Amino acid sequence: MSQNQIVNKEDLVVRFAGDSGDGMQLSGTLFSDASALTGNDIATFPDYPAEIRAPHNTIAGVSGYQVHVGNHIYSSGDKCDILVAMNPAAFKSQLKWAKKGATVIVDIDTFTDEAMEKAGYTENPFTDELERAYTIIKAPITSFTEKIGDAKGVDKKTADKSRNMFALGIIFYATHKTLDQTFAYLERKFAKKPAVVDLNKAVLTEGYEYADKLEVMHSHIFEVAKADQMEHGRYRNITGNVATAWGLLAASEKSGRRLFLGSYPITPATDVMVELAKHKSLGARVFQAEDEIAGICSAIGASYAGALACTSTSGPGLSLKSEALGLAVMTELPLVVVDVQRGGPSTGLPTKTEQSDLDQALYGRNGEAPLVVVAASSSANCFYWAFNAAKIALEHMTPVILLTDGYLGNGSQLFKIPSMKDMPEIKPRLAKENDPNYRPFRRDEEKFAREWALPGMAGLSHRVGGLEKCPDGPLSTDPENHALMTKNRQEKVNRVANYIPDQVVSGNPDADLLVVGWGGTSGALTLAVEEMNNEGKKVAYTHFNYICPLPKNTGDILRKYKKIVVCELNNGQFCGYLRTQFPECPMTQYNKVMGLPFEVGELKAEFNRLLENK
Amino acid sequence: MEKHFVPKADKEYTKADFQSDQMVKWCPGCGDHAILAALLATFPKTGYKKENVCMVSGIGCSSRIPYYVDTYGFHSIHGRACAIATGVKLANPALSVWVNMGDGDSMAIGGNHLIHAVRRNQDLNITIFNNEIYGLTKGQYSPTTKFGQVTKTSPYGTIDYPFNPGELVMGAQGTFFARTLDCVPNLSTDCMTRAAKHDGCSVVEVLQNCVIFNDKTHAAITDRAVRDDRTIVLEHGKPMLFGKNKEKGLRFNGRQLEVVTLGENGVTIDDIMVHDETTEDTGIHMMLAHMGGDLPVALGVIRNVKKVSYTQLYEEQMDEQMANGKYKCMDDLLNSGDTWEV
Repeated sequence: MSQNQIVNKEDLVVRFAGDSGDGMQLSGTLFSDASALTGNDIATFPDYPAEIRAPHNTIAGVSGYQVHVGNHIYSSGDKCDILVAMNPAAFKSQLKWAKKGATVIVDIDTFTDEAMEKAGYTENPFTDELERAYTIIKAPITSFTEKIGDAKGVDKKTADKSRNMFALGIIFYATHKTLDQTFAYLERKFAKKPAVVDLNKAVLTEGYEYADKLEVMHSHIFEVAKADQMEHGRYRNITGNVATAWGLLAASEKSGRRLFLGSYPITPATDVMVELAKHKSLGARVFQAEDEIAGICSAIGASYAGALACTSTSGPGLSLKSEALGLAVMTELPLVVVDVQRGGPSTGLPTKTEQSDLDQALYGRNGEAPLVVVAASSSANCFYWAFNAAKIALEHMTPVILLTDGYLGNGSQLFKIPSMKDMPEIKPRLAKENDPNYRPFRRDEEKFAREWALPGMAGLSHRVGGLEKCPDGPLSTDPENHALMTKNRQEKVNRVANYIPDQVVSGNPDADLLVVGWGGTSGALTLAVEEMNNEGKKVAYTHFNYICPLPKNTGDILRKYKKIVVCELNNGQFCGYLRTQFPECPMTQYNKVMGLPFEVGELKAEFNRLLENK
Repeated sequence: MEKHFVPKADKEYTKADFQSDQMVKWCPGCGDHAILAALLATFPKTGYKKENVCMVSGIGCSSRIPYYVDTYGFHSIHGRACAIATGVKLANPALSVWVNMGDGDSMAIGGNHLIHAVRRNQDLNITIFNNEIYGLTKGQYSPTTKFGQVTKTSPYGTIDYPFNPGELVMGAQGTFFARTLDCVPNLSTDCMTRAAKHDGCSVVEVLQNCVIFNDKTHAAITDRAVRDDRTIVLEHGKPMLFGKNKEKGLRFNGRQLEVVTLGENGVTIDDIMVHDETTEDTGIHMMLAHMGGDLPVALGVIRNVKKVSYTQLYEEQMDEQMANGKYKCMDDLLNSGDTWEV
């Protein structure tokens, strides 16, 4: 490739798009894994439809997978530098995600009259204007793949399943990478099916060589910068949902409490349960319940019996769990509820991301029912926030809702592998057997948390339940007692703030504008603020993971800035929450409710507008 | 048959060991008092360690029972007792877990959890207090209220066809079903003791009288004057005889069950069906549970089938994976698969 002209880039975004079933998620994963293994930082974002196999060649059936690789990667990137479109529907619906001038690789064999009509094209999509705006590579992917299949005695239908490998071969060529990693993966994955390995390797190689023969490719080879500031250590690629599951497992190991997960399948949270179900050897007790209510109720029962009890769900499931959450608040049992948020209300946009369950998490119960709410802010840190949620639940005897979202849950990122010996201790508040002074709702002075006495422990039998109790345990309808118990439950949650670190401000702390974010939007917000400060603008940024209670210095930070913009993927739920607590701080809000993550470009445009608006 | 996992006490208990210090707040004359007495008499007979007994209830008059028993107890929310108990048992299989629910609690709002607990054969002892009415909310019809009955929410008579809890249990492939009357505590204790020892999901239906909102709903079978003729107490391996002098019996005529009298029309004891609670096929048990009307209502243990419990299957999988699984600790898992050094 010596005569090739290599374009050096700090980062590169590649988007794979095709029919669901075309293997786009796999191509994306293989590309991101190979990139990570060769030293790039990465972030991925699957963008897939709710339908498993929507009608072939329709826009409804288009499945996408975006990979962002390079030096400092905070998010999965706005628009792509390279788009792979495996059929006309993918081309039509995904071209809007390509940068002007992007390289667009299409499987030209699929552009039949019928398929183009299905995608909604009435005429040839490759207009001169389009050809000028993008570098369009019309690769005969299907026919090449079928030819290889034919030579190996494989029927067309089977061969077609490897079309994604051809596209991937082109991408590896275009990103100046070798095929070794992917060969090794295929050999491992299909160890028992050598014919499959053989076919896929041949198609992958053919795609690579096809690209080598294309004149136009030679000026479109990208060398992406390797991550140069990554902390030393051992790394792996991880999705948010797997990281969440592992964080819970880690908390179980650290606390010595059995892990129990009672859940019901729901997009996009199911993978938390799927992952934990694999790990019985680590003591994970997973129960697939008959419904969402049984999911949380079984977890509450398990918590009563002494487990680190969890339930995982998404928005509509959280609605179903509301009543039982109140029971967990009332019985003051440790419980972790993972809500992988999606577009709502109702069934909404099941496969898309949103942050619109915040109000529900904070307020969605009858009565005065305070609990702790925390939010993860990257796919990788889902591990730490799940761990942290469990730690708070066990040490403060309270339900904790952990908010992640579809973007974090399905997206993946590099994860620096921690050593378990470096993880914080977790000390559950277990009562002592035969303690004559045990009272179910006796509290310690500092945390205001009660003690946990487990069935099976001698001399501590007691009753809990949804009815109001007095501190000694028996039922009480006394007005003063209800007021006291209500106050105590709130105080216990408030005191969690004594155990959490101060909120920090990044960017330029002396700026006029403070950008506020929470949860899964930190990637795009961090990059937007960083770019603006690099461009000479002054912008400060603070990102919340502790939502309820808030870090104690929150008010001090907010009061320092003349302009505050709270950015979130809903209609302003966190902003409303902050306004009720800090009415003295004027806040504007920037919201997006499209089922999509923020783009850096749109954030910068808004921040610039706010800065200019004196 | 005895339960797996639940440890036995090294001493003998008496009823008093299980009596709590809480005031019992049911209405005078309520059938629940007798059921509580029967339950308290049951615990010493089962011999399980007291601290390993856990009572879980939902919401309703009957669901107050955990407060009146001096064991671990969870008075939860309406309909969810089975789901909560499932979590208790999964988290600690060494517990003897009891679920107490009324007819509305178990078969209306909690119907889904009941059938699934039964289907899984999760090792729980479920007791359904069936008074065919919502008592705590003062007299609305329930899923077991007799068709056509006038209640507060059915002023022109119900048009809901009622459930028969026994048929529901059989339909869900239940492994243990017994029926008893609140007014026959010995039979109740006997059913509950056998339920407690059943290694799987047991359901005991107690026909209970709500003295305030549905008084005498079961009187047509429970009144002393008619009880012997209107009910039959089934005993495994014994002919199905009933009546004051055990002069009547049940015969299967090839299509259905019928009542015959010994000595009439040449009927002898050999014509009378012998109860087999252990047949896996639910057919005959379903017929027995269904009886009523012209046939006597079946009491006692109707079905008691051996089938490996969910609890046991779960623990076997756990043990197998703990012993032979790939990852022994979190550090193993964290460092598994593709990783690389930076």
